[in-house]
Amino acid sequence: MTQTGVLTFTDKGIYCPSGDFYIDPWRPVPRALITHGHADHARSGMGRYLATHAALPVMRHRLGEINAEGIAYGEVRRIGGANVSFHPAGHVPGSAQIRVEVAGEVFVASGDYKTTDDGFSEAFEPVKCHHFITESTFGLPVFNWQPQARVADEINTWWADCAAQGKTAFLGAYALGKAQRLLSMLDPEIGPILTHTAVENTNVVLRKQGYKLPATVLAGPDIAPKDHPSALVLSPPSALGSQWARKFGPSESAFASGWMALRGVRRRRAGDRGFVISDHADWQGLICAIRDTGAENIYVTHGYTDVFTRFLNDAGWNAQVVPTQFEGENLDSGDAA
Amino acid sequence: MKQFATLFAAIDQSTKTTVKVAALADYFRQAPEEDRLWTVALFSGRRPKRAVTTTRLREWAAEVADLPLWLFEESYSVVGDLAETIALILPPNPSVDNRSLTFWINALRGLADVDEARRKIFVLEAWQQLGGAERFLFNKLLTGGFRVGVSQKLMTRALAKATGKPEAELAHRLMGNWHPDEVSWHSLIEAEDASADASRPYPFYLAYALEDGPNTLDDPLNWRAEWKWDGIRGQLILRDGNYFVWSRGEELMTDRFPELARAIDHLPPGTVLDGELLVWPMDAEKPFSFNALQKRIGRKTVPKKLLAEAPVVLHAYDLLEWEGVDLRSRPFAERRGLLEQATAALPRDAPVRLSPQLAFDTWDDLATLRSGAREAHAEGLMLKRADSPYLAGRKKGDWWKWKLEPLTIDAVMIYAQAGSGRRANLFTDFTFAVWNGNDLVPFTKAYSGLTDAEFRQITAWVCKNTQQRFGPVRQVTPHHVFEIAFEGIQASPRHKSGVALRFPRMKRWRQDKPLQEANTLDDLNEMLRIYG
Repeated sequence: MTQTGVLTFTDKGIYCPSGDFYIDPWRPVPRALITHGHADHARSGMGRYLATHAALPVMRHRLGEINAEGIAYGEVRRIGGANVSFHPAGHVPGSAQIRVEVAGEVFVASGDYKTTDDGFSEAFEPVKCHHFITESTFGLPVFNWQPQARVADEINTWWADCAAQGKTAFLGAYALGKAQRLLSMLDPEIGPILTHTAVENTNVVLRKQGYKLPATVLAGPDIAPKDHPSALVLSPPSALGSQWARKFGPSESAFASGWMALRGVRRRRAGDRGFVISDHADWQGLICAIRDTGAENIYVTHGYTDVFTRFLNDAGWNAQVVPTQFEGENLDSGDAA
Repeated sequence: MKQFATLFAAIDQSTKTTVKVAALADYFRQAPEEDRLWTVALFSGRRPKRAVTTTRLREWAAEVADLPLWLFEESYSVVGDLAETIALILPPNPSVDNRSLTFWINALRGLADVDEARRKIFVLEAWQQLGGAERFLFNKLLTGGFRVGVSQKLMTRALAKATGKPEAELAHRLMGNWHPDEVSWHSLIEAEDASADASRPYPFYLAYALEDGPNTLDDPLNWRAEWKWDGIRGQLILRDGNYFVWSRGEELMTDRFPELARAIDHLPPGTVLDGELLVWPMDAEKPFSFNALQKRIGRKTVPKKLLAEAPVVLHAYDLLEWEGVDLRSRPFAERRGLLEQATAALPRDAPVRLSPQLAFDTWDDLATLRSGAREAHAEGLMLKRADSPYLAGRKKGDWWKWKLEPLTIDAVMIYAQAGSGRRANLFTDFTFAVWNGNDLVPFTKAYSGLTDAEFRQITAWVCKNTQQRFGPVRQVTPHHVFEIAFEGIQASPRHKSGVALRFPRMKRWRQDKPLQEANTLDDLNEMLRIYG
């Protein structure tokens, strides 16, 4: 495994010897700093957790009783020999890049991130550093996201078409982050917005924190679809086509993910529509983010690691692949959106 | 391109055939006649001649996107479609183009007459002017191969809806050699007296697999059985003193099988035969393996030596036209009777032979016959109802293929690679090994046979159990055993294991089976001895 002093890469996760803590570890450790609440980053069983104030409520909701402490964005904390601070990653509400400084040498572990402002999550802020740990979920030049407003138009047009045909519009998206971002993009004039329990549970937590979301109706087991004509139902992908979904009669289903940029993947999902929207950086986003850090040393984790690393090395960075157990935006499992 | 792009979007966005057919039928009612004609041509596999090589397209796309060529190639290997990769990699462009499909096709064909520098200017301008689906479709026209989720069957159904003509008649009209330059919409689709080209084949009738054996069928007396040969399905047409050979994929292969020309000497004009093309020398007891035939298919012109080593004959099993009359609506037994008469007087060295029928009284008899199929170098049996007409396309009920169970071996997965296209973010391409003492010897790759859920499960496992990476290939911890099914086995000095399998695929994921109980190289060699 790579040994680099301030942060090292171990089989439990990213480790800081000076502060004796791990970042997003995948095995139980005494002290964990967590970038965000997705299941592949925030796991149970850690002795102590540290995350942003904004990320903690969802983590508590998901992990149950945990010994956790909050930190504000930008607040610097001394842990052992390391100065640690959290900075917005723009991925989901509360998500952070973690900056670690030891004796003037600065690492940033960015977790998952998105560089464009979605108007909902705290917007990504570039952080100057010497060493930058980046994801590469969409680290190929075929991934270029459209402006959010255009995708919002596409989704609302589709919803309105469904409503006009007397069909329920099912939109599949992950329960934490993507679902709420979509909510903020929907036009409530078209019809009522119904939510699957998994989505609504997260909504409740985020609303309590002060995140602004449009009114939603919980589509629980007793829901009477007839009472909600022209509805759009927001649900986790796994619930599309389930018995619960079939209760709604004639419907169309769509799936919102960066992977929908690829026609083959879109067709494999076999839904009616695919909307290209991701909470990860696209190709240009990744490169801009890396450039803005000013870092010379880049550690590439989950995604198209080999290709992206080769590209970075050719372009003059000192880049290497670092194996992790993060999943990025996985179409078929988990909830990291 | 707007109208065509809208049609494409409607087809591509839906998985429901009713929606696709309705969108196509709408288009066939409304679009300009020449666009309609080209759409039928494109969706039935006809395309403008390729004006630019794909090598140039890759280079130009990488240049415009300001990316190194290797990165373009890596992206292509993930996306799995050149036209799509180019469309995605170029800077986004939201504009809409109002020029017609035919305009673009003609413009592309005009490129044949200009030098490469001008071709490049044209293509680069088009990329700049077109965005989204239009750019993708333009690239599809450039690269050929218009497979966009519309089968010919589906298109024919839409045409029937739009024109009110019967589907079977339209299917026949669309067969064979025609080109939008030489026909009009009227002459191709509508005209009462379709003055057909002499080479025009009939749509093939295709059988479904009989999964559970014949016991679900009615009285065996109503059925006829033949070997299911392991060759390629072909239609031999003798008309106007010429001969034509069509593959099931509707490819004209006349030039590849010059030996079939002698059929003209033995059979009268106005004869159309359906049968299997096999490499089967006159004195051989059985046909050669598919490998021998593959050597022939690969060559557009056949050297004398190969012609002597691997002579092809048509094993005829159906007679579709006799004395210029279309027999397809007659019962199979009657067609077969005529076929037997027609072929009765053929000399031994004729390039056409009658494919024998197999006598049986009970389904048990037939099962016994089937178990001898591998011995006869056949893949299994064909079952045809004696009273069945010759239908168009794949239809259930009258014809069935009852293939042999495949050969199987339990093997260990040792390498994994991500797929492309539909499977872009899943590990789907695996290399398998068998034991040789304490070593694992790779012997085959396999890509298919697992469910999407299983591919997801194995993908997650591969991510966590990668030992080493070789570019896109991951060496994984030997742990999982899979049952590999295959159709045949051949000695192959090119492979480390010394064998090559035909059509290997994953039959089952043996999660119940410990690693040590996978098969051995000795087992594989024993199979080679018996079946090779």
